[in-house]
Amino acid sequence: MVLELQKPRPVWQIMFSTHHTDVGYLYLVFGIVFLFMGGVLAMIIRTHLFFPGQGVLVSDSATFNRIFTVHGLTMLFLFALPVANGIGNILVPIMVRYKDMAYPKLNAIAFWMNPVGAALLWLGFADTSWVSYAPYSVIRAPGPAADMFIFGMKILGISSILSSINFVVTIMKCKHPDLSLRRVPLFAWSMLTVSLMTIIAMPTYAAALIMMLTDRLGLSGFFNPFAGGDPIAYLHLFWFTFHPEVYIFLLPAIGMMYEIIPRFSRKPLYSQASGVFAFVMLGIIGFASWGHHMYSTGMDFTTKVVFMIGTLAAVPASGMHVFNFLATMWGGRIRFAAPMKFAVGGIALFFSAGAGGVLNSAMPLDFISHGTYWVVGHMHLFLIGTIGFGFVAMIYYMFPYITGRMYNEKWASAHFVLMFWGTVQTFFTQHLLGLEGMPRRVYDYPTEFTSWTQLNQISTIGAWMIGASFAIFLASLIYYSAKGKYANMDDPWGLGGKYYYPVAAKNPHGGHSGY
Amino acid sequence: MGHDTAEWVFVAIVIAVLCYVGVDSWMVQKEVEDVPADAEVIKVTGQQWFWSFEHADGTKEISTLHVKKGHAYLFEIQSRDVMHSFNIPDWVVFEDAVPGHTNHAWFAPDQVGTYPIQCREYCGLLHYNMRGSLVVEDDNST
Repeated sequence: MVLELQKPRPVWQIMFSTHHTDVGYLYLVFGIVFLFMGGVLAMIIRTHLFFPGQGVLVSDSATFNRIFTVHGLTMLFLFALPVANGIGNILVPIMVRYKDMAYPKLNAIAFWMNPVGAALLWLGFADTSWVSYAPYSVIRAPGPAADMFIFGMKILGISSILSSINFVVTIMKCKHPDLSLRRVPLFAWSMLTVSLMTIIAMPTYAAALIMMLTDRLGLSGFFNPFAGGDPIAYLHLFWFTFHPEVYIFLLPAIGMMYEIIPRFSRKPLYSQASGVFAFVMLGIIGFASWGHHMYSTGMDFTTKVVFMIGTLAAVPASGMHVFNFLATMWGGRIRFAAPMKFAVGGIALFFSAGAGGVLNSAMPLDFISHGTYWVVGHMHLFLIGTIGFGFVAMIYYMFPYITGRMYNEKWASAHFVLMFWGTVQTFFTQHLLGLEGMPRRVYDYPTEFTSWTQLNQISTIGAWMIGASFAIFLASLIYYSAKGKYANMDDPWGLGGKYYYPVAAKNPHGGHSGY
Repeated sequence: MGHDTAEWVFVAIVIAVLCYVGVDSWMVQKEVEDVPADAEVIKVTGQQWFWSFEHADGTKEISTLHVKKGHAYLFEIQSRDVMHSFNIPDWVVFEDAVPGHTNHAWFAPDQVGTYPIQCREYCGLLHYNMRGSLVVEDDNST
C-alpha cells in the first residue's frame, strides 16, 4: 500500500491518476464527505422530530420531505456504494495479485461519474423519497428536482455498472494463475458477488428511470394510471433492483469483517468455504425476495407466500456468516483494538437487524410493521449497524497503512461506545415506535399520543450520540493522520508477526507471505 | 477450510425456526384474509390529503368514519391520485390505496372508542397530516 502522507504528492496527481489505490482514495474521500453531508441531514431530521408541532429547524413539510429524500439517496449511493468501491479498489487487485484493476481508465471514468450524479441529486434536492414511487414521482413531484433526480440516479447507475464490470474482470481474469478462485480472500469474494448482482439488477432500474422520465414528459404512460399505466409495475421494477441492492450494500461490509476478525482473533478463519458459499447463496437468493416490499399493494395470497419463502431462504446464509465469525473468534486470543471492536459490534447489530427482518417477512406481521418507523429502525440497523460499523472498522484498520501513523485508541474507544450505544438507542427505539403505529416519512406527528413523543425523543438523543461519535471520528482522522505517532508498519497492533497484513501482500518478497 | 457438525446443527436450527415462522404466518394470514360473508362494504377513497368513506347505504363521510361494534366491515380501498396506504393501527387494518386498483381489507371491531386513521405511504406535501378518526359506536338497533 502507498504511504500517502509520508510521501506527499500534488493533489492533481491523485485526481488524474488511474492507479487503483489512487482511485480508491478518491472513492473513500468522496464517500466520507457525503457521509458527513448525509449525516447533517439526519441530525436535522432527528432534531426536528424531537419537538413535535413546533417546526424546529425545518418549518415546512416540503423542505422536510426533500431533506429525508436526499438523506437516503446520499447515504446509499454517495456513501455506502462509493466507500465499498474505494476499499475494493485498494484491496481487490492486491488480493488477486494483479498490478491494477483490469481496466484502469474505465475505473477512473466510473469514479468521476459520481461527482456529476451527486451534483444533480444535491442541486435538485427532490422530494420523491428515495423510492420515488409512481405515480407520485410521475404526476405530482415538482420539477426540475425530480428530473434532476432521474438523471443523477441514471449516471450513478451507469457508474456502478462500469465499476462492477471492472471488478468481475479483475477477479475472474486477472488473478494470479497460482491463486485458485476458492482461495481468493473473502473480501474479494464479496466484491465479486455484489458486482455480478449489480450487473444483473441495475439495468432494470435504469429502464424504470427512463420510463419514469418519458412518463413525466407526457410521452408515455407506463406508470401513470390516468394514461392506462400501472404504478405497481414501477414497484416491481424498482424492488427487483433494490432488494438485491440491499445485499450489494451489505456484503462488502461483511467482507471487511472477514478481513479483520481472524487477524484480531489471532486464529485462522473458521471456514473459507462456508463464507464463499454464504456469499454466493445470498447473491442468488437476493433476487427471490423483492416482493416482500409489496405485500400490502394488493398482492394475492400465493404471491405473498412465494416471496415470504424467498425472503426467509436468505436467512440461513446470513446466519452462516455470523456463525463463521463467532467460530473464528471462539478460543482465539482476541485483541480488542478499534477495528475489532467495530467489527464485533457490527456483527451483533447485523444479527439483531436480521432477526427483525425475519419478523418483517412473516406476512401478518408485515401488515403491522410495513411503512412504520419499525422499517426505518430495521433498515438503519443494517445500514449503520452493519455497513457503518464494517466501514469504520475497515478505516481504522487501513489507517496506519494509508497514513503511516497510528490513530489514538482512546478516542477510537470513545467513538465506538458512543456509536454503538447511540445506534442501539436510536434504532431499537424506532422499532417500538413502529409498533405504536407511527408512520415513516412524516414531517410532524400528533402530540396526543404521549408515547410517540417520548420514543421520538429517546431516539433523537441516540441520534445525537451517533452524531457526536462521528465528530470524534472526523477529528481523529484529520488530527492523527498529521500528528499521530508513527506506526510500526510490520505489525501496527502488535498482534505477532505471523498474521497477514495487507502491506505484506503488496511486497511478496519482503514481509510475511499472505495468502 | 471445512465445516464441522456444529455448523450444520446451527444451520438446521435456523432452518427449523424459519419453517416455524413460515408455517405459522401462512396459517395466520389465511385466517386474516378470510372475509366473513356478512361483512358490510365501505368504500374508502384516498386523495391528497384526506380519506373519504361511502357506506353501503350511500352515506358519505370525510375524515371521520362511524361504524357499529360487533359488525364486520370490508373496506374497498381506492385512490384518486397517488399511492396512499389506508391504516387503522389499533385494528391492524393496513392496505395500500393504489390508483387504478381496488384493494381489500376487513375488520370487525369489538370495542367502542375512537381510533386514529392515517396514511402510511408517503404521498407528498401533507402526508404527515393525512389523518382521520374511526368512531366505533354501540349498536342500538339490536
